[in-house]
Amino acid sequence: MTTLTPTRPVVAAPSHASRRRQRRRVTERIGYLLTALVALVFSAPILYLVIGSLKPSSQVLDGLSGLNLSNLSLHDYSGVVHQFNSDSTGHFANFYITSLTVSAVVVVGGLVVNSLAGYALARLRWRGRKLILLAVIALVILPFQAIAVPLFYMLDGARDTVYVQFIPFIASAFSIFLFYSFFLNLPKEFEEAAAIDGAGPWRTLFTVVLPNCKPVFASVAILSFLSSWSSFLWPVMMVDQPSVSPLPLQIAVFQGQTPVNWGEVCAFGVLMVAPVVVVFLVFQRWFVRGVTASAVKG
Amino acid sequence: MTAPAGIGLVLFVAVPFVLAIWLSFHFVNLNSILPPRWFGFEQYRRLFTSGVFYHSLINNLVFAAVVVPLQTGLAICLALLVNRKLRGIAILRTLFFLPVVFPMALVAVVWKLIYSPDQLGLLNSFLHTITLGHFAPRDWLGDPTTALAAIILMSVWQGVGLQMIIILAGLQGISPDLYEAATLDHAGPWQRFRHVTLPGLRNSLVFVVMVTTILSFQLFDQVYILTQGGPGDSTSTIMYQAVTSAFTDGDVGQGAALTVVFFIFVLMLTLMQRRMLREDRAVA
Repeated sequence: MTTLTPTRPVVAAPSHASRRRQRRRVTERIGYLLTALVALVFSAPILYLVIGSLKPSSQVLDGLSGLNLSNLSLHDYSGVVHQFNSDSTGHFANFYITSLTVSAVVVVGGLVVNSLAGYALARLRWRGRKLILLAVIALVILPFQAIAVPLFYMLDGARDTVYVQFIPFIASAFSIFLFYSFFLNLPKEFEEAAAIDGAGPWRTLFTVVLPNCKPVFASVAILSFLSSWSSFLWPVMMVDQPSVSPLPLQIAVFQGQTPVNWGEVCAFGVLMVAPVVVVFLVFQRWFVRGVTASAVKG
Repeated sequence: MTAPAGIGLVLFVAVPFVLAIWLSFHFVNLNSILPPRWFGFEQYRRLFTSGVFYHSLINNLVFAAVVVPLQTGLAICLALLVNRKLRGIAILRTLFFLPVVFPMALVAVVWKLIYSPDQLGLLNSFLHTITLGHFAPRDWLGDPTTALAAIILMSVWQGVGLQMIIILAGLQGISPDLYEAATLDHAGPWQRFRHVTLPGLRNSLVFVVMVTTILSFQLFDQVYILTQGGPGDSTSTIMYQAVTSAFTDGDVGQGAALTVVFFIFVLMLTLMQRRMLREDRAVA
């Protein structure tokens, strides 16, 4: 080992180069320190939430000591479940079931109907295709917020149901557009080969096209899952009953009750975000790809 | 094949959109037993003569004017930071993106704790400690001079990771040859950033700026949870006004007029974006 290490002159005047090297090492250290500091400040709200969920409620809202790792326990988690255990408060499991049902239907239903539409627009030739394509592109720029009020007026009769929370979001111009652009860039050779072999459009779709489309399905699934799991404006307008209330709406109600039990609110928050964080950590690559795909296509 | 999605889009997007325009010219109140009646431009006249509308519009504009440059600038810094090949850099990338998957309702609740008044609030306590007791605690959300700034800071924290990822993809799309050529021409780090990085990021930046601007006009969740538009109208926004008019006051016509105005803003921004992108393609 030692013989291989180039020996440095023991006594030597600090040369210009070594001084520069030293300065570079110092700036490198400062860089690391700054990076660590940025990371710490950035993660503080998340740490605060997690630590708060493990502390007695009286010690959560307590200045910087709210970040102390003392008196940790899982009491707040059982507290949340006990807090919501009657029909008037709603059951904690029901908030979860509502959020899960809404997200699942939006994601799965959305994948089916929007991929079909995207496929038909990109691949099949039919009358009115150009017109529908233009309409879809025009609708992409229309944010949900611009139609929330009339939709609320239209669907007033369906208030306080689970289905009213997912039905307007299954068909999505944005998802159709993502599918459309993906299919458009997919090589046609496989499909042509399948057609020569006598497969119809449906059969071609299922046996040849779909297996090559994992990236776009993952992107659309992730983007629609994120937005429906976080959905807030629509439930605010459409849901009053805790029995069909989704998690984001319910945490807003929970933190508004006095006296606020901050430990339990934090535990509620951790439970609410945990599935998304797990899905994110597992499928991180696809998240990033989904987001950037939407950026490039947008 | 398009039928299921087509029906959905017509029913839940196209029809409501047309309905919004129709409603904005009518008097429709959920608390009234009277049927909708023609109201002409009255809803818009009321809108443009009300102080709340201007305050909301100004808040949206201020929010956009601060958040867009702040968040984009920060996102560029973070993207440059995590674009280096260092051990553990993937963890940082994950960390900066993590708030993006947090529902805004939850983010608002956490930051409500952070912004709590007195020494109990994390931010007050932190500032008090690092200034060695010289900082007087503030009621961040209860003070009209700081409420909007507090919402801005929180929104930037939540959204910057998304921008960072998009810019990062842009950075990785810039050919290393360009940097090499710039270095051969004795360009310093700043010159390389100014003349290689920034032009290479143009499309990503146009996208990021436009999306952030449009999102700024959609500002609602944070306001609803943290301040209810207050104190005064200091944090009210167009969407917050639209929802309270329609939902709280039952004045659907007024809410619809607000959403039409909102849509016109979004439309103008989108057209601007298309235009800028097209110019870029013409140049390239």
